[in-house]
Amino acid sequence: MLSLLLRQARRILLTVLLGGLLGATLVRLGPGFGVDERELDNRLSADSQQAIRMERAKENNIALFYVRYLGGFLHGDFGFSRSLNRPVAELLKERLPLTLESLGYGVFGGASMGLVLALLTVWWRAPGSDLVPALLSGLCLAAPAAIIALVLLWIGVASRWAIALVVFPHVYRYAKNQLIATSQSPHVVAAEAKGLSSWRVLWAHVFTPAAPQLAALAGISVSLAFGASIPIEVICDTPGVGQLAWRAAMDRDLPMLVTITVLVALMTLVVNSLADLALAAWKNNTVPPAAGSAPA
Amino acid sequence: MLMRCRLTRFTMALMLCGLAAASSASELRFCLRIDPKTFNPLLVEDEASQTVRYLTGGVLIRLNRYTQELEGELATKWKVSENGRRIDFDLRPGVRFSDGTPFTCDDVVYTMRELMDPNLHSPTGDVFRSAPGPVESRCTGSSATGSAGVTVRFPGPVAALAAQFDQVAILSAHSAAKESAVLGPFALGEYKPGAYVLLRRNPNYWKRDANGHPLPYLDAIRLEIQQNRELELLRFRRGELDIVNKLDPEMYDRLSSEMPHAVVDAGPSLDWEIVFFNQVANAPLPEYKRRWFRSDDFRRAISEGIRRDDLVRIVYRGHARAAVGPVSTANRFWLNSALQPPSGSQTAALALLEHAGFRRSGSTLVDRDGNRVEFSMITNAGNKLHERTLALIQQDLARFGIQLNVVTLDFPSLVERISRTFNYEAVLMAITNVDLDPSAQMNIWVSSAANHQWNPNQKTPATPWEAEIDKLMAEQGGSQDRDKRKIYFDRVQQIAADKVPMLFLVNPNALSAVSPNVKNVTPAVLAPQIYWNVEHLQVGNALVSQARNALVNQR
Amino acid sequence: MSFKQKFALAILGVAVVASLGAGYLVQSSYSEQFRDAISAPPSARFWLGTDELGRDRFARLLYGTRVSMLLAPAAALLATLIAGLIGGAAGYLGGRWERMITAGVDLFLSLPWLFLLLAVRALLPLNTSPVMSVMITFLLLGCLGWAGPARIIRAGTRTLVNSDFLVQASASGVSRWRLFWRHLLPNLRPVLLAQFWISIPLFILSEANLGLLGLGVSEPLPSWGAMLRDLENYSAVLQNPWMLAPAVLLVAVVGCLQLLLGTEERGVSC
Repeated sequence: MLSLLLRQARRILLTVLLGGLLGATLVRLGPGFGVDERELDNRLSADSQQAIRMERAKENNIALFYVRYLGGFLHGDFGFSRSLNRPVAELLKERLPLTLESLGYGVFGGASMGLVLALLTVWWRAPGSDLVPALLSGLCLAAPAAIIALVLLWIGVASRWAIALVVFPHVYRYAKNQLIATSQSPHVVAAEAKGLSSWRVLWAHVFTPAAPQLAALAGISVSLAFGASIPIEVICDTPGVGQLAWRAAMDRDLPMLVTITVLVALMTLVVNSLADLALAAWKNNTVPPAAGSAPA
Repeated sequence: MLMRCRLTRFTMALMLCGLAAASSASELRFCLRIDPKTFNPLLVEDEASQTVRYLTGGVLIRLNRYTQELEGELATKWKVSENGRRIDFDLRPGVRFSDGTPFTCDDVVYTMRELMDPNLHSPTGDVFRSAPGPVESRCTGSSATGSAGVTVRFPGPVAALAAQFDQVAILSAHSAAKESAVLGPFALGEYKPGAYVLLRRNPNYWKRDANGHPLPYLDAIRLEIQQNRELELLRFRRGELDIVNKLDPEMYDRLSSEMPHAVVDAGPSLDWEIVFFNQVANAPLPEYKRRWFRSDDFRRAISEGIRRDDLVRIVYRGHARAAVGPVSTANRFWLNSALQPPSGSQTAALALLEHAGFRRSGSTLVDRDGNRVEFSMITNAGNKLHERTLALIQQDLARFGIQLNVVTLDFPSLVERISRTFNYEAVLMAITNVDLDPSAQMNIWVSSAANHQWNPNQKTPATPWEAEIDKLMAEQGGSQDRDKRKIYFDRVQQIAADKVPMLFLVNPNALSAVSPNVKNVTPAVLAPQIYWNVEHLQVGNALVSQARNALVNQR
Repeated sequence: MSFKQKFALAILGVAVVASLGAGYLVQSSYSEQFRDAISAPPSARFWLGTDELGRDRFARLLYGTRVSMLLAPAAALLATLIAGLIGGAAGYLGGRWERMITAGVDLFLSLPWLFLLLAVRALLPLNTSPVMSVMITFLLLGCLGWAGPARIIRAGTRTLVNSDFLVQASASGVSRWRLFWRHLLPNLRPVLLAQFWISIPLFILSEANLGLLGLGVSEPLPSWGAMLRDLENYSAVLQNPWMLAPAVLLVAVVGCLQLLLGTEERGVSC
């Protein structure tokens, strides 16, 4: 187990480092890098304009920038945000708790809602039983995250629940399909024929075998939730990391963008690894039901 | 008698304490779009920081936004001499910073030294940099008579020298609080990044109203950081905000139907909506397109062909005025009133195009070499007014057989194209003007300047008319005679109208909303339109605060 | 086919036929500005009224439907195919390959791809036609949208690889190539289809969000995404409820797709 943990940690570290470098390279190669809107300020003299250009040119060599950035990173210095005129670490410290709280509510709320509705749909097999969840998930899939957030805001509901509504349809649709596919497999039919209670069949023979696929949703949900938090925080003016990411992208703020890329990569990888580790541990402690046979 | 007076004061004090306890402090609330980048008044660039500087900074001279005249603030008198190289100020006595430090001539000398530090690259300081060389500031007056003064001498003449001090907030040379010690009506109280900036009343503010009551009337100003305009409007409707600045025309009309007494249309602002063509010599453009864009007739034809009346009616819902040139009708003194906006006439535009060698070939327009007239126009993405303007221009030009391709880009990409790579054909932009004086436009009109957008950084003027504009701008900048300067700048406006280096489309109106709860509002067209006289504004229970302040002052 | 599915099919059919036959259904073009009828309410002339520039909302809705209903599924198909190949290969090959591919997917998911889209837009000539520009945008979205589905497909493949029928087929000497194409991929169909249908509205919405960055459909071409942006102006929507038509159509289409494909998604054959 320890070696597995070490392997995972090494993999995460390498991926995050590579992610930061690739992220920085993408920003560097994108248009508008190194330009400053102050260049259009009529009041500035030629010398000041030149000074602004020189200041931005420091980030042109991406390899050098990244080495320096990593050096600072090791000491807890994530660089200086030019667009907000403050150290990135300070900005993150202020904003990360708010976003993490929203993400927690969003992912947990969305995944719970999706899983519960999927289980209910599979358990309650009456015709039309999935109509309401299907309509709800269709509505949430079809509405842009920002619009969901605005509607919630108008009716006085906190914007973090918008994240839950973005995550929910993905979890619901995927979980429902997986659970239905598993519920039609021979071992489930055999278990039902042997007269096991429907809840026991659902839990032990439908949900448990489908758990590996469902666990893969955890990482996706976190990425999805963070992706949704950007427009939601921007539209609702929530001072979180999502809003910061948007500002960083719009202002080509390299230190801030690289830090956010590293952070997102770290978050996604850690959640995925935790899901994998939990599953591995679960599998070690559980005898997987063999397809085609139904343990009583 | 004395006893009765004391008794009355005591009763008043009790009543006021009761009233003050019963009601919360009077607070004005409005929104900033983004966090202020700095609270150092010398480094202010962005709009949010400008707002904070306006509300907290004490200046020697202030431009009255309503009368458009200069008024003394920390300076009781001033005199410009040596053809705009020197200015002498008499300083107001008995003034203190918000932290209690006395205001002296040392503070002005210190502020000017810091402002003109070449390593600071302050936009406020750069407007004083008319020639190379140091800026000398020294104290004058005598401590014996109690009169204090400052003389500032610049290496070259500075146009509209006195007016430039409207932007210079005086710092304290001696206070330990540094930037936090201010001379304006409010001081920074609290800042929660991404959420709000709270400004508290400066207890040492020097100004008093006509009855001798200390100003400002308000206890605090809460600047909420809110980018979403719809939410801002929603909060205004709910009474959570007192002012909405810079409403867009659509929001204005919606709010106007619900709360007709809350909306304010102050008339055309100083801002421009402009289009210009790429005339840069080494721009990556086909030669034939460069020829079109350099043709005066082509540019004039396009300008004539755009129906400005439709832009005003449809895009701005009547809340704009067709622009005549680089000076808005709001700028009463500097406008060349002989100029008229282009007519939007199809016949006039076609005649100009024919004169330039263009002709119709079927449904399309072609040049004399048979090249189809098609070009792109870029603008910043997410700006609905610009997107609509371009859609209208697209259809206007289609009447002549011109194919206009609309391209929206995010702002850094747009800036890169127009200022670095010059990889564009035409651009639609908004220019925000805060200054009435034409010297503020020096970097736009002078051909060697980086902001001479259609063909920047020219070593020698590319055209005779650009050479003439260079000469006129230098002459108006070097003169202190306002009427002479007006003659020079009138000629610049005339050349701009004849040669059309930039197509001036409209001057949007200054639209705002003010809660009926806010008293003493006198809207002006110059920014900040609503709160330019912030020290006189009152909100709700501000009268109680006013009386309380008066009492505290008497004690 | 149940009644619900027939109904869903009929609605989708009407939407597709109406968008393809837009030229016959409406007199005006989607870009024609009736400057004397700005923001007009619905009438016999303009069934859904006009927009702020006096353009027929109904014509724009039909042409926008054509753009979105042709290009979003194409992008979804591309993304699902890439995801199927990469996710399927990761799950099928297992071991070191799986770890490497999974790390690659995680890396891909965390990168700011917005800048690639910006870079591509910057590289396109400014006079690229709106149709070509929107096709390239959707193509890029398809190329970038595979990573999320790939993780899910990998997990689905792992389950299938360990199932009895594949172990049996493998033991019977079926080649790995044949095992992948004949036994694995057909059984991945429910997962692939689910990802495909989920991706369609996501791409439509991505296009709407990209519009704010200047990467969406450029004027005067309409798209659902561009029309959905009108919903941000909520009080105007309350006053003019017909502005909700694009949103209603989008929800209806997504809902119909779900209904229509519900059974097929469940049709797992072992």
